[in-house]
Amino acid sequence: MQEETKQPGTVTLNVDGISTTADRGTPLLEVIRGLGINVPTLCHHPLVEPYGVCRLCTVEVVRGRRRRLVTSCNYPAQDGISVLTGSDRVLKGRRMIAELLLARCPDVKEVSEIARSLGVEKSRFPAADEKCVLCGLCVKVCRDVVGAGVLTFESRGPGRVVTTAYGGSSDRCIDCGACAQVCPTGHIRMVDESGLAVHHEELLLGPNKAIGIPFMQAVPAVPVIDRETCIHFKTGGCGVCSEACEKQAIDHKAQDTFVEIEVGSIVAATGFKPFDPAAMAQYGYGRLGNVMTALEFEQLNNASGPTGGKILMTDGQQPESVALIHCVGSRDKNHHEYCSRVCSMMALKYAHLIHEKTGASVYDFFIDLRCFGKGYEEFYNRLLEEGVFFIRGRAAEVSDFAIYEAERGKLVVRCEDTMIGILRRIPVDMVVLMTALTPAAGVESVARRLNLSRSKDGFFLEQHPKLAPVATPTDGVFIAGACQGPKDIPDSVAQASAAAAAAISLSVRGQVQIEPVTCKVDPERCAGCRLCNTLCPFTAITFDAGERVSSINDATCKGCGTCAAACPSSAIEARHFNDRQVLAEIEGVCA
Amino acid sequence: MAKLKLALYWAAACGGCDVAVLDINERILKVAELADLLLWPVALDFKYRHVEAMPDGHIDVCLFNGAVRNSENEHVARLLRKKSKVLVAFGSCAYMGGIPGLANFFSRREVLQHVYSDTASTVNPGGTVPLEKVRIPAGELELPTFFQRVRTLDQVVLVDYYLPGCPPVVDQVWAVIEAIAAGNLPPPGSVVGASDSALCDECERKKDEKKIKQFRSVATYRPDPETCLLEQGVICCGPATRAGCGAKCVKANMPCRGCYGPPPGVTDQGAKMLSAVASVVDSDDPAEVERIISQIQDPAGTFYRFSLPSSLLNGAHRKEIA
Repeated sequence: MQEETKQPGTVTLNVDGISTTADRGTPLLEVIRGLGINVPTLCHHPLVEPYGVCRLCTVEVVRGRRRRLVTSCNYPAQDGISVLTGSDRVLKGRRMIAELLLARCPDVKEVSEIARSLGVEKSRFPAADEKCVLCGLCVKVCRDVVGAGVLTFESRGPGRVVTTAYGGSSDRCIDCGACAQVCPTGHIRMVDESGLAVHHEELLLGPNKAIGIPFMQAVPAVPVIDRETCIHFKTGGCGVCSEACEKQAIDHKAQDTFVEIEVGSIVAATGFKPFDPAAMAQYGYGRLGNVMTALEFEQLNNASGPTGGKILMTDGQQPESVALIHCVGSRDKNHHEYCSRVCSMMALKYAHLIHEKTGASVYDFFIDLRCFGKGYEEFYNRLLEEGVFFIRGRAAEVSDFAIYEAERGKLVVRCEDTMIGILRRIPVDMVVLMTALTPAAGVESVARRLNLSRSKDGFFLEQHPKLAPVATPTDGVFIAGACQGPKDIPDSVAQASAAAAAAISLSVRGQVQIEPVTCKVDPERCAGCRLCNTLCPFTAITFDAGERVSSINDATCKGCGTCAAACPSSAIEARHFNDRQVLAEIEGVCA
Repeated sequence: MAKLKLALYWAAACGGCDVAVLDINERILKVAELADLLLWPVALDFKYRHVEAMPDGHIDVCLFNGAVRNSENEHVARLLRKKSKVLVAFGSCAYMGGIPGLANFFSRREVLQHVYSDTASTVNPGGTVPLEKVRIPAGELELPTFFQRVRTLDQVVLVDYYLPGCPPVVDQVWAVIEAIAAGNLPPPGSVVGASDSALCDECERKKDEKKIKQFRSVATYRPDPETCLLEQGVICCGPATRAGCGAKCVKANMPCRGCYGPPPGVTDQGAKMLSAVASVVDSDDPAEVERIISQIQDPAGTFYRFSLPSSLLNGAHRKEIA
């Protein structure tokens, strides 16, 4: 922008006979569009410095007796000028520009639409077959906004193209997809170079937004930035979001802060992690398109999901037949021996939805159906009447290897149908794997921190399966939901309510009773050797560096005696079980 | 004030305790000023019959070092008990059994077999072994009976005070002698010349939480002089040992061997130390635990080096012991 326009202040100008004011230096395009007058553009983007390259925004500027055609996107508003956006001279110029663009890119919808709006249907110039209008938005976004600087112009004149350095794929590309997003003609597209089959493009392939609310029910419902995908954390550039946020709430320099909150009780509800079926290569997950996990299907089927709730295959068609494979990773000695409890009913729900939404034939491969809950058996009976095919037998393999004509282009599920005692091959369009519920990631560190035990299957262990199902051996710590074991929503809600009630009942009383059997450090005898410090399974022991003695918190000590046994100087006494008492007891027994 | 009547005696001992008394250097002259020495076999020529001739309770203080290994030890212990007003178990052997007490892992037969036949340096083609009675032309010779087990002094007679150490450190010996001379003594049965906490209290090394992945021997590993030895995997018995020595070994970058005995309140020093060390082995995998534990060389001798006869364990091979 020119030197003179840098001073602040307001200017008065005339646009198509309308007198208006604007800040000095505002691009004319902004002023014109602010008045509701339409000016076509291709290379204009709010994130990018105006460049004036497509020239479609051409207007006529009149100052006194001087009249000139200028590109309004980068022409600054000045005092006393008149702007004509629809004069014959302007329209003639725009039509010529449109005609030239149309000649270059006859097959690009955006170009032909603009041309048509200007009354140009056909170009008189020889037609080329280009899709890039050389607007340069991608180059500028990549360089100035993203900061990656991967894209550039090469050559000049007729040979000019947008490319990467040496035309190859670039290490500096961070797969952000910004270029594809700003490209006005759709010439730039994201491709999956990693060689994995593209399942559902919208589901699994980027660019995923780096900023957003993690999931619909997140508490608090505020967006967060994912540092792994955010461009700013890769290149130091972008920052578009913080410019867009009117409240200026986005701070890329914000650091994680650790907040210590003192609480009386803790409810662990850390949930579960779905089993990764890639471990079962026979089902082809990750290798065959249209083989997906239960949660992926859930998202596909979600009305606010990527397909608007339509059940579609990777080619965008509706499936005509779908297989649901139960017990993937559970009830399986090679993976998890336990039953995941929810999969049968989840599969029945999916069967019903698929049947209802697509009318596809649904094949349900089960070991046995566990419809244990209220109304579940009735639901199963309803599905039998709906015509879902139930096949008793663990599916052996999913492949795309066709033997018969009917199998061509389909996924073939092989299994032994134990009801009729034969091996079957069933061709389907889509396979949904009912994946096991497994202990959540990080369950070890949570267990260590809260002193929770875990059962053989890795889930948190309750204090007693019948009498204390939400309590744990650590007082004040409760568990709820799938972190204790696979369970469905009604069970999780019931357990969570119980855990919340148990936690509240501790705090409303204002005081808690503790067992008298605890251990005690005699500070006179403690030599501060710190042997006991790491031993306490309830982390009740702390070391006072000033006094050089350890001490035991009576409220958390369970009197297990581990420290008393280990204390080499007998400074720790297990109350009611001290050496004297134990020896006296032995003497009594021996007497 | 009449001069203190003092007796010093050594039973099953190495002589180090007597040297410790002499180690008070020129102050020994002050001892002579303060006290009349009535018995001190290592330094002065007295006969048992002189002691036997004394009236009961004639000796004011007897410092008795060494464990009770044979009938002579026992006889003199009983004699000195009778003749002394105050009997002090002097040093680790009299107090807890000491190094000679480690023989309690073996029977009398095994000990004699080893000493008179099995050691690499033994040349004994005639299989000569000591006998309690031997007839020679000049008459009959007698040797004291070698007992099945080593006993502490207080397992034989009533002991008034215990002065631990192998040997007791010189300053503590002097302090005790002064206290005795001044008649300034704690209640009978007390441990004197030591403090009431564990050695870690005196140790100036930096101590942190303990997790042991590897046990090391000072024969092959030079420990960092600033850090707690136990944290470095060197078995230091300091945590289960009474303070009072001034942490001499630890200051010399050697682990505590436990000669001052258990701190007050500890019933069995070796069991305590073993339990403590076992608690901080840093593994949950049984095979790895086994591997780590197997790095401890001579665990019985390490944990019970000075205290075997006084411990709950009290030796082995019970079926052979009469």
